[in-house]
Amino acid sequence: MDMLASLGDGFAIALTWQNIGLALLGCFLGTVMGALPGLGPSNGVAILIPLAFTLGLGATPSLILLTSVYYGAMYGGRISSILLGIPGDEPAMMTVLDGYPMAKKGMAGEALSLSGIASFVGAFIATWGLILLAPQLVKIALLFGPAEYFALFALAFMTLGGVSSTNQAKSAFAAALGLGLAMIGVDTQTGVPRFTFGEVHLYDGLDFLVAIVGLFALSEVLIFLEERHGSADADGKKIVVGRLTPSWSMLKSCTPTMLRTSLLGFLAGVLPGAGASLGSFISYSMEKRLVDKENTFGTGDPRGVAAPEAGNNAAAGGALVPMLALGVPGSGTTAVLLAVLLSLNITPGPLLFTQNPDVVWGLIAALFIANFMLLAMNIPMVGIFTRVLMIPPKVLMPLVAMVSFVGIYGISGSSFDLLVMIGFGVMGWGLRKLDVPLVPIILGTLLGNAMENNLRRAVTIDNGNWFTLVDSPLSIALWAIALIGFVLPLIIGARVKSKMHARKDEEGALSD
Amino acid sequence: MSDRIFGVLGLLLAIGFAFAATQIEESFLSDAVGPKAFPLIIATILGVSSAVIAFRPDPEPVWPGLGRLVELLAAVVVMVLYAEFLPVAGFVFATAIAAAYLSWRLGNGPIASVLTGVGISVGIYVIFHLVLGLSLARGPFGF
Repeated sequence: MDMLASLGDGFAIALTWQNIGLALLGCFLGTVMGALPGLGPSNGVAILIPLAFTLGLGATPSLILLTSVYYGAMYGGRISSILLGIPGDEPAMMTVLDGYPMAKKGMAGEALSLSGIASFVGAFIATWGLILLAPQLVKIALLFGPAEYFALFALAFMTLGGVSSTNQAKSAFAAALGLGLAMIGVDTQTGVPRFTFGEVHLYDGLDFLVAIVGLFALSEVLIFLEERHGSADADGKKIVVGRLTPSWSMLKSCTPTMLRTSLLGFLAGVLPGAGASLGSFISYSMEKRLVDKENTFGTGDPRGVAAPEAGNNAAAGGALVPMLALGVPGSGTTAVLLAVLLSLNITPGPLLFTQNPDVVWGLIAALFIANFMLLAMNIPMVGIFTRVLMIPPKVLMPLVAMVSFVGIYGISGSSFDLLVMIGFGVMGWGLRKLDVPLVPIILGTLLGNAMENNLRRAVTIDNGNWFTLVDSPLSIALWAIALIGFVLPLIIGARVKSKMHARKDEEGALSD
Repeated sequence: MSDRIFGVLGLLLAIGFAFAATQIEESFLSDAVGPKAFPLIIATILGVSSAVIAFRPDPEPVWPGLGRLVELLAAVVVMVLYAEFLPVAGFVFATAIAAAYLSWRLGNGPIASVLTGVGISVGIYVIFHLVLGLSLARGPFGF
């Protein structure tokens, strides 16, 4: 009951004209970004952060805007998967398998509306899951001391490569690089400058927003410049949408699939190091095992469209659980959302639920509202978004670059930050070529200082005894999970990855 | 080969990072751990992972040819110039030129590129400055 009362308060916060407008804007922009190949949820949100920030939006409105973008991108990814056979973002990869064949059979409209409904079911169930699970996780998290937090951060880094990672050395390298970048600036505890080389601009440390926008958005522009691909994809193909409502029998046959995969996807999202891409992958594989008796999966089976879409939207909701309850994100986009919270001076974690209940519950209420808006946008109005797919990269990519520059310049007004951002863009391009994941770098720059502070606090409390880090059952358990999470991909990673990427391997470094 | 070079560079970075960490001046009012310990741990992880990358390289990535590399370099130079000249030339001019350049290099014709550049620049100016009130760089003409 307590929970429903809080949720009611949340709706009172979310239902202002400004917040509804922001949710609407976010849903629209998110769907567009998800639909456009080359822009996914993480770089979509990354571009918009500086804007939300410079517009002087408060914490709740900015979060409403950006999580609407996040949910919207999860919906939008399916549009180009179904119509063009190119995933709009990585989580929509599995939707191509059955969605594109359906479109070729002239059932594009049905595939779109069915996947829209599946997305809705997935996101709706996941949002309830978030409400039920997050407060429980908070109760556990309240038992955490600095040593446990240090272990938790280590766990986040060690599992972030994900089960699909093939090269854990590169994940570890990325995490260490991010942590190292976070060390730049004046040490918060003793006040001595570190790694600043006398440059005054660096005393404050690197602004992680600059790093995020450079790594995610600018590197994408550079990849497009290098390959110049995609320009031919959008033109030349005639898009026929056809009938927009799926038949009742189709909906009925897909309902069990949607419910099962929503739960599975949600769990995949909550677990560290999984995220939406894995959520849609395991949902599809499970349904293929369970219901594909006549071997119709892969040839345009509606259930093969519903499964990955329900799975990835549920995983997107699930990934918010550890981010809000523990302050440790499990996926790329939630890491970017964490950056929003941190730059608004809100520390996520167990205290968030007691200190800023308005933010948490307002956000959750906004997720429900956004979900209904997205359902409305994605079924009757899907035609608008199919037209958006016609924007060629030669217009889109300069726009992305310029909006990134505007956003960063708007925050600081200094050319120095723009140069740092270009530096990160070049670095992101090189690292993506070398298959080094970018998300651990972002997470490292975000969490580096908090991680170090917890380490120092823990050791100082125990008079300089370093073994205090593995002194409680809770922290030993966390270290054990971290270790398993790090070693497991070494054994099964190659297999999972080759299955996931059997069709498309382009945005590997930008998973989620 | 790329991974071997990358690993060696990473190793050098780790050594440099560790060296810079030892140069941090300790304050007389320090906690039990001090400002050096955590950076040294990071340097160790950085070094070990770089060594592993160098010894067990992945398959060679597809690097672009020389022409494409020059293309990328040129784009980076344009962006750096954009960053430097933004406060001098003003937002609308600088952005129109940079966006037109990028659009041209992504395969637009000359006239279409100029139109795209001007469109993007004026569009952003109208939406972000006039409508949303974001402060953009002012040039000699005030925009």
